[in-house]
Amino acid sequence: MKKRLLSGFVFAASAIYVAYQYMSGNVSSTATTVADATQTAQSPIATTVDTSTSSTQTTSTPTPTQTPTPVSTPVVTPTPVPVVTKPKGQYADGTYTGSAVDAYYGMVQVQAVVQNGALATVTFLQYPSDRRTSQQLNNQVMPILKSEAIKAQSANVSGVSGATHTSEAFIQSLGDALAQAKNS
Amino acid sequence: MRTTRTDIMGMPISVEVVGASPETLDAIFEYFTSVDTRFSTFKSDSEISRINRGEISLDAYSDDMREIFSLAEKTRDETRGYFSIQRPDGSIDPSGLVKGWAIRNAARLAEQLGHTNYFIDAGGDIQSHGVDEQGRCWTIGIRNPFNHAEIVKVVQPNGKGVATSGTYLRGQHIYNPHQPGATLDDIVSITVIGPDIYEADRFATAAFAMGREGILFIESLGGHEGYTIDANSVATMTSGFEQHVL
Repeated sequence: MKKRLLSGFVFAASAIYVAYQYMSGNVSSTATTVADATQTAQSPIATTVDTSTSSTQTTSTPTPTQTPTPVSTPVVTPTPVPVVTKPKGQYADGTYTGSAVDAYYGMVQVQAVVQNGALATVTFLQYPSDRRTSQQLNNQVMPILKSEAIKAQSANVSGVSGATHTSEAFIQSLGDALAQAKNS
Repeated sequence: MRTTRTDIMGMPISVEVVGASPETLDAIFEYFTSVDTRFSTFKSDSEISRINRGEISLDAYSDDMREIFSLAEKTRDETRGYFSIQRPDGSIDPSGLVKGWAIRNAARLAEQLGHTNYFIDAGGDIQSHGVDEQGRCWTIGIRNPFNHAEIVKVVQPNGKGVATSGTYLRGQHIYNPHQPGATLDDIVSITVIGPDIYEADRFATAAFAMGREGILFIESLGGHEGYTIDANSVATMTSGFEQHVL
């Protein structure tokens, strides 16, 4: 019953969202079916992905404004990256763009900056999070579901479920960037 | 006894089939190897690589390839377009679908060989059934996205599939000095318990791409439960998730 209520709410909220999009002039026809509604919600997202992709393919020095949200262009410090433990002087100074690697639900691509022969910064040029949808809609519905602070458990288990894809894609893209930087 | 191999599909694969002969385990691993050979985009001579190079015409696709393409189309429609095997450069990469599909087929193979007590884990996506060697129900921990050595929840899948999609990198954004607080509401992982691992995996993948809305998408699906963790270490669960919690 709870699920039905929620589904109904999500649908209603989607319809409102679509109506809003329509009034904003984002769509040219009236959305009257579920299929129409999802299509409409989808279109700005697809555009975002395309823009991000084409910009990273055509330039090696993109600025944060080329990606749709601040989320997708964070700069991480080199500390967590294992490669910085290698001897200094291994890489030629410069800015290198790694290959775009498929993380299954989106592409991951990094840019590595080498200073004084060592990896200085890594910037995400592409990150799957740029496909997020209406935050407003989410915040309205979210309180219905139960939340809790996560807490470490000590039980013995048969196995562990966890994700690795993006980490692998990150390592692959960074590895590619550093291969370009390597002093031969 | 658990057998783990790390040379197939680019991820650790662990298989435990209670009371099984070595031949049964071999058959299961051979199956995973055959899937890798056909679908790996990292192998230049795989069928998918040859398709992407235009070397195989549509009518010459293998039955497995046709099935995956058809499942991919279905999944795209069911996830509001969030799941796509078509890459921005036009190439096809069905990896996101193949993993869960392969685990499910491996489980079916175990059943065909007469086994109902098994645990098959490929890269943290798990299909289990029945009980372990001691006759206890299989249990699965959900990994702490911020500390790989920890689990933050223990669930009993009761024959269902359990898959997690996410990243452990996003958590680092919290400490990003250049954008303090910018991503604090971000989702770092979502675990889905579904009717089987194929269903759980594909919907976990799509739900993760939806960000905060992902858990609502899982809530709206019949037969699926989910547990998502954000960058603040706050988890949100679907209304029936706690049935599986130990």
